[in-house]
Amino acid sequence: MLLGASAGSDLLRALVQGTPAGTVYALLALGLVLTYKTSGVFNLALGAQAYVSAALYFQARVSWGWPIIPALLVSVFVLAPALGFVLERLVFRHLRSASAVAKLVVTIGLAVALPAIFDLALGFHSIAGQTPVGIIPGGATVFYNPFGVYALSRNELMAVGVAASAMAGLAVLFRYTTVGLHMRAVVESPRMTELNGIRSDRVSSFSWALSSLFAGMAGVLIAPRFNTLAAPDFFNLVVIAIAAAAIGMLVSLPRTFAGGLGLGLLIAVFQTFLPRWSDSLPWLATVRENLTPAMPFVVLFAVLVLWPAIRRSRAASDPLAGVEPPPPAPAATTRSRGLTVATRVFAVVFFTVTGLVVFFRADASWMFLVTQAVILSLIFLSITVITGLAGEISLCQGTFAAIGAFASFQLVTHLGMSVLLAALVGAVIAAVVGAVLSLPVLRLGGIWLSIATLAFAYFFDSVMVKLSWVGGGKQALAEGTRLPRPLLGPFNMNDNRTFLGLSIILLLIVAFAVVRIREGTVGQTLRALRGSELGAQSIGISPARARITAFAISAFIAGIGGALLAIQQQNVNYSSNFSPFASLFWLVLVVSLGSRTVEGAMQAGAAFGLFDAVLLKGAVIGWLLRSPARIPSVFPLSGTWRFVLFGLGALQFARHPEGLVENGKRGATEAVDRWLAARRERSPVVERTTEPETAA
Amino acid sequence: MSAVLELRGVSAAYGPFRSLFEVSLTVGAGEAVALLGSNGAGKTTTARVASGLLAPSSGTVWVDGADLSGAPAWRYARAGVAHAPEGRSVFATLSVEDNLRLSFRQSKGRAGVGAALDRAFELFPVLAKRRHQLAGTLSGGEQRMLSMARVMVDAPKLLVADELSLGLAPIVVDQVYDSLQRLREAGTALLIVEQHVPHALALCDRVVLLGHGAVAWHGSASEAPTAIPDKVFHQA
Repeated sequence: MLLGASAGSDLLRALVQGTPAGTVYALLALGLVLTYKTSGVFNLALGAQAYVSAALYFQARVSWGWPIIPALLVSVFVLAPALGFVLERLVFRHLRSASAVAKLVVTIGLAVALPAIFDLALGFHSIAGQTPVGIIPGGATVFYNPFGVYALSRNELMAVGVAASAMAGLAVLFRYTTVGLHMRAVVESPRMTELNGIRSDRVSSFSWALSSLFAGMAGVLIAPRFNTLAAPDFFNLVVIAIAAAAIGMLVSLPRTFAGGLGLGLLIAVFQTFLPRWSDSLPWLATVRENLTPAMPFVVLFAVLVLWPAIRRSRAASDPLAGVEPPPPAPAATTRSRGLTVATRVFAVVFFTVTGLVVFFRADASWMFLVTQAVILSLIFLSITVITGLAGEISLCQGTFAAIGAFASFQLVTHLGMSVLLAALVGAVIAAVVGAVLSLPVLRLGGIWLSIATLAFAYFFDSVMVKLSWVGGGKQALAEGTRLPRPLLGPFNMNDNRTFLGLSIILLLIVAFAVVRIREGTVGQTLRALRGSELGAQSIGISPARARITAFAISAFIAGIGGALLAIQQQNVNYSSNFSPFASLFWLVLVVSLGSRTVEGAMQAGAAFGLFDAVLLKGAVIGWLLRSPARIPSVFPLSGTWRFVLFGLGALQFARHPEGLVENGKRGATEAVDRWLAARRERSPVVERTTEPETAA
Repeated sequence: MSAVLELRGVSAAYGPFRSLFEVSLTVGAGEAVALLGSNGAGKTTTARVASGLLAPSSGTVWVDGADLSGAPAWRYARAGVAHAPEGRSVFATLSVEDNLRLSFRQSKGRAGVGAALDRAFELFPVLAKRRHQLAGTLSGGEQRMLSMARVMVDAPKLLVADELSLGLAPIVVDQVYDSLQRLREAGTALLIVEQHVPHALALCDRVVLLGHGAVAWHGSASEAPTAIPDKVFHQA
């Protein structure tokens, strides 16, 4: 029997136990839906907003010794709405007409930067091994046992009460107040709302403040459930909230609330019963510990794939959307031919010189970093394909890379396959996974597809990696997931220089292939689909086939890059290289530097691989001052700065959605073309110029 | 006659694509002006500039003597400019009543909403039957009536109407033009974009003909049929 005699009361206990967490998930999910509905922004930074309130509350109560009420007022009722208000004013208002990619990228940037900025500003450090305090005296020590099956702490009861009243308040606001009516109107069309004389910008600000208030409240309420206070916990919380919001189709508030509550209950039920079931079902035992935390991702993925309503859902379109200007074309297509040639020559010369300097002069640690940057550039080309060409936001590129790396590790370890061949097979496996994954998620449009890939990344992270045939299981825990460097004829790749050579060659091959794909039939097809899916279909293009191809190619590139990275480090190093968070980080980096060009990917690779060493450790200053000894003592800078700068980079992206590199290129191209035109007008003889362009 | 709306040398663009080149036109108080021209001549863009949906890239827009160039659309609305956009012009996800309420709460204040709603339902009884239905589920003609009901009760200083008759049954088009006529009589000035020229000429005092984003001809409605030969009209 799967269920024991006491199953009834156990079930009740699980339900009681899951209610507090469920209501808090619901609260956060409501915050998510609020901003999505009123500004079309799918706010992945909501967890960061929750963290900031929770951390300030903790700081005020524990470090500064404030009483509950003022601490609560400042952290939840002042800071949280103010944060939402400021974000809307400074960032999201300007993104109203931006693409889904732009909006998502900005929120990911904020998700990374906000906690870092807060920590730096208040000198706050993540708390571990200490349970954050609740918002009611005796929260963790006074218990109530309403049904005689499970004792709820005061904190938990408080959470249920606050969340339920917040939901009720929101329902009243939407249904019966003028502000609520305005919010519902802005959801559909901010411009048409303005035609009624209503300031839609104010309505958006209000929604953001309200959403942020919900996030802050959720943060303070959920904090006592952890015995840590760290930003990543809160990011995971957002993924749970996304699952709840997906159940509400991102629009229905009551269903979102029910979804959050239901998830909380489901998780508690699984926590109670899985250990029992796994006694009789051995295969469950291996994944048991990971299945419970993975529950939200499984539910999210299942909801997305299996719920037909989501596929059919099309947001009520704004009839006045045509007022917005179309996105600009890449600089490469508008600049003069001579300039294009000059740019390419300059790029080749620049990379050759840099490559030769590193190749023959760099020491081992620099060689390692440069190799890593080269391999990351290769991986980032997978984002160029899927986001730059196909226009889809995949949040699981790290997972594809990990699949390539793990597959080569398994093939080498168990089948004794040659390393490079294993890397190739690993890439093929990644491509197959990419294609298979794309099958169910393809029918989902824009934002849903990104969410599904995010769910897949988290699912892989919390379940698949733990399986022995993927991540190596217990053996790998003890020995590491090791991969040797290959021997290729006379070349021994244990020599770092040779391996760098191999990486550069592979990068060039892949870069060339990506350019060919972009110019070729697949690229044309994808471009047609981006322009108009309906139009493309009407001339006989199958969107499904084109997208599966794009996914497979992208996963292949990521897979080969992942394997290469593992070979370089001689270990897969899953959690530091390929975690879901890495996928997010990569995406933002590539997209904000330029996802439509090969250079963008290479610059992102260089930025990711070399940033720490060059900027944070002060190597550039040392080089400028001609001696490492003269580097000022403020260096090395705290690693937190990386996150702050990264977030600011993402914000820049809001202003230049074509990417910073692309924007620089456009500026330079236009300036040079103007200069050329001026010269031509002065002298009737047209001179060929070889003026190189700086931002090549 | 003071001008309700005046465009002075207005140019406008969507990103890099310029679609209006130094257009100047005025609509006097209570006057009806027809904006004619072939596809792509800049009629809708002119209408959008006139109601603040699109900011001019150069030139100025004056509403009732105040320079509103570059101001957001809600300032135009509060200055008395109503805009019935091309295509769907109601909130599909709001009920019929909420659509009206949204506008009346702004124009009539909290106390005036009830009376305004009654007036709207009196003018268009079909809407009263559907008052709790989502506006998106109304037929095209009913949606048009909903937006007309809103405008007629509000009685703005100027109505910018973009292709009101597009896609409607002839009988509904007649109803819409009846409403426009009544609006005129109540003192609302009209700026009407219309492809169906006879309708527009019957209603309006003056005609502004656009061609390639610039004013090609302007004059009184009675001169228009002779002054604008068919061939020129289609080339403009």
